[in-house]
Amino acid sequence: MGAFLTLGIISFLYKDNPWYKFCEALFVGISAGYWFCTVFWSQFVAKLWDNIYPTAGQPRQYVYLVGGILGLMMLLRLVPKIGWFSRWPLAFVVGGTAGAYLIGYALSNGMKQVKSTILPLWVSGNLNATVGNIILVVGTFCGLIYFFFSKEQKGTYGKVAKLGIFFLMITFGASFGYTVMARMSLLIGRMDFLFGTWLGLIK
Amino acid sequence: MQKFFEFINQLDRRIIFIFVALAIILPLLFPLNIKFTVTEPVRGFYEAIDKVPNGSKVLFACDFEPGSLPELYPMTYAALEQMLKKDLKIIALSLWPAGPPLVEKALTDMAQNEFKRKYGVDYVNLGFKEGREVVMVSMGSSIPNTFPQDYRGTKVSQIPIMQGVNNFKDVKLIVNISAGYPGTKEWVQQVQARYNIGLVSGCTAVSAPEYYPYYQSKQLLGLLGGMKGAAEYEILVNRIGLGRRGMDAQSMAHVIIFLFILLGNLAYFSLKKKGT
Repeated sequence: MGAFLTLGIISFLYKDNPWYKFCEALFVGISAGYWFCTVFWSQFVAKLWDNIYPTAGQPRQYVYLVGGILGLMMLLRLVPKIGWFSRWPLAFVVGGTAGAYLIGYALSNGMKQVKSTILPLWVSGNLNATVGNIILVVGTFCGLIYFFFSKEQKGTYGKVAKLGIFFLMITFGASFGYTVMARMSLLIGRMDFLFGTWLGLIK
Repeated sequence: MQKFFEFINQLDRRIIFIFVALAIILPLLFPLNIKFTVTEPVRGFYEAIDKVPNGSKVLFACDFEPGSLPELYPMTYAALEQMLKKDLKIIALSLWPAGPPLVEKALTDMAQNEFKRKYGVDYVNLGFKEGREVVMVSMGSSIPNTFPQDYRGTKVSQIPIMQGVNNFKDVKLIVNISAGYPGTKEWVQQVQARYNIGLVSGCTAVSAPEYYPYYQSKQLLGLLGGMKGAAEYEILVNRIGLGRRGMDAQSMAHVIIFLFILLGNLAYFSLKKKGT
């Protein structure tokens, strides 16, 4: 079955065909069904239902109804006349997410990154570290200059900004390289399955 | 030469697919054993686990689904091998809906079958919990309240390994295997930054460039990027898995892609110069 479905998906590389369409539809259907069931049992039942109707001896926790009502209000988007009700839970989600992210993001992507960029430009007896630190500091500085748009980027300032673009391009290139590697890894996984697990040709 | 470039310029993409397929299949069937070295972030991952005292409890967050198995399963198995060799007590969980069955299989293969460890005493699978970052923050207050029962439906209060585990202070290290969101980035932002707990990550190659700044700033003690990271880690753990087996194919595929990019550019500029 695994080989049949894998080959069906790969057959798209030749051209679109009914075999591929069947495999794709099967995948989408199973994924949606699995996701729905998992979330239903782990969210609705475990977090709402079990708290309102707990097992014998446990107190009912009506505070969870607030979440349930907000969830229902979100679903009112499907009714255009009273769809505006969904803005309230949405506002709650946006506010909550912003609050949850604020501290962690400021710490991990702000403070700690700034701290780790303040580096010595000369490390005695370690040429690798010296060159690495210089590249990191210069790259960060030039990248920040490029994103400072309040001054026209010309002259020496423009050249520094251009160096910033240069560093950004290297970053994008590295990301592309990693993406290629990731896609090849997925293909290797499938080929390993077909030729190893299925056909038994790989020792 | 002109005709060759015109041929390249109009090359059917399916011919490129055939070349890439051959570059992957042939090295899998006939290994070339291309040598590669272990990089610093991978060594950091290994050493972070190695420094955890034997018998300690670690949190094993497996945030992935079947789509990223070829990249993440090899490092999951290798990490389990290293942790089990050190007799670490593994508390596994997943913030991705399809993660728990995959974690269960890996734990059964390694902990139960290979290392003969006992479920509930030496390792546990807490399963999936919806809520992403909120789950992480909630675990900071109470892990048993966030996961009242494990994947098999047993109450956490009845599981021996969970005795004395209340929040992140009660585990020595977080080992995260991440396929994207929620994953390493969120563990760094919501947990490492707040609770200052040791964190190592194994991630897909696509997300690795985004996580290197976290490694550079020591918010991550180690980082495995994609199948290459897994292969390097397998060398350190002394294990032959898909990571190492796939490296020849990976290298050959990269050579083919590089050649086609080069040829494509040469053809494009050559024909542009001649105004074709």
